[in-house]
Amino acid sequence: MGDKHISSQFDHELNSISAKVMEMGGLVESQLRHSFYAFFEYSSEIADQVIEREAAVNALEVEIDHDVSSTISRRQPTARDLRMLLAMSKITANLERAGDEVARIARMVKLIIDSGASRSLPSSELRVASDLASDLLRRSLDAFARLDADTALAIIKADDQIDHEYDGFLRKLITYMMEDPRTISPSLNLLFLAKAIERVGDHAKNIAESTIYVAKGTDVRHLPASDMESAVR
Amino acid sequence: MTATSSATPNAIEVRNLNFFYGKFQGLKNIHMDIPERKVTAFIGPSGCGKSTLLRTLNRMYSLYPGQRAEGQINFYGQNILDPKQDLNLLRARIGMVFQKPTPFPMTIYDNIAFGVKLYESLSKSDMDDRVEWALSKAALWNEVKDKLGQNGLSLSGGQQQRLCIARSVAVKPSVLLLDEPTSALDPISTAKVEELVHELKSDYTIAIVTHNMQQAARCSDFTAYMYLGELMEIGVTEELFFKPKRTETEDYITGRFG
Repeated sequence: MGDKHISSQFDHELNSISAKVMEMGGLVESQLRHSFYAFFEYSSEIADQVIEREAAVNALEVEIDHDVSSTISRRQPTARDLRMLLAMSKITANLERAGDEVARIARMVKLIIDSGASRSLPSSELRVASDLASDLLRRSLDAFARLDADTALAIIKADDQIDHEYDGFLRKLITYMMEDPRTISPSLNLLFLAKAIERVGDHAKNIAESTIYVAKGTDVRHLPASDMESAVR
Repeated sequence: MTATSSATPNAIEVRNLNFFYGKFQGLKNIHMDIPERKVTAFIGPSGCGKSTLLRTLNRMYSLYPGQRAEGQINFYGQNILDPKQDLNLLRARIGMVFQKPTPFPMTIYDNIAFGVKLYESLSKSDMDDRVEWALSKAALWNEVKDKLGQNGLSLSGGQQQRLCIARSVAVKPSVLLLDEPTSALDPISTAKVEELVHELKSDYTIAIVTHNMQQAARCSDFTAYMYLGELMEIGVTEELFFKPKRTETEDYITGRFG
């Protein structure tokens, strides 16, 4: 398949939007890493930086949406160009929400630090889930950049692991709160934080679904796993 | 390849059609169905054979020596390539509208009545009814009802094209062939003709050739992509423009051709 349009300006517009989506993805990834650093090191300063930088993520969302609608109105794209633009708009929305979850993690870290209970909470139980979330987000952006449907499918399957981790963590936290009711308030903040990690995984999964949509032209959202397999093969 | 509609009967079935301009082969082994009361659009780069194919469907090419078609074009089961085919009767059943409006240099009324008189002898009042009916079908009646005695050439380009459509409709054909009907029209007139195509398809089978891909996307049910005399792909318009089966089609509709 030819890669270039007759109109080089059209190529230029698509490449420019694609570059901004990847830039936004990189920014959210970096935000996520910093929020985890702030969490495991209990650094209020890093948490503040994460909250501050969320505005840059939001600004990119507005800018990309503007570029996408401008290109659709001027170029009337079809087929894979149209799928690509629709997918970039959805991926941008998912990145912005992942960015919101990251800011939530940072805010919860600050509340937990302020409560003075940080050292007594079972924070390290969230190591596995946070590593999974970072990994899924990174791989989902990588799969999108390469339009790699196989990797995207693997990401969709892997999201279940974060969900399991979250369920397991929730049971442990309940036990913990029952043993020492004084920790209930900071524990709830930790629960919200865990939920935010789980949601980042969901957004990575949505990005992977959009990647399959561009690469294969099939909408795999809400499909059973077996149907997803056959859509990608 | 066949259009993916098994529920709708076909008005025209093209089988193994080859077409020659002298020694040059303009169409290569075309196999396709044109479903009844649907709009089928033909797209493709210049010289791909889309107009040639349209012109075989009512044997317009027979006017020119040295042009010949081989194979079958079955119009409700009857092969119209048969040498015994009555061409005047065929063109009354399969009407055609061209790129540039071609009204006759006579009154608006006579533009419509002229063709009807060739096939039917109607009383004055029946003819009046037919003229009004045809002009209404072509969404032109309200604009011209007070000036039916004026010359057809006095109308605007868009009105002239709708007059030509009315003229084709007046003899009650079953198929309308439109060869780039809006390429000489402004956007408003184009929109009116497209709206008309949408309304006409409840009574007629329509085949339209267009250079404007968005027009094919907007107003057709099925789209055929042609290239170098071959039918590359035909399918439901929505699917062809969203997820074409062939990379050649995708390259063309996304503007990567060339």
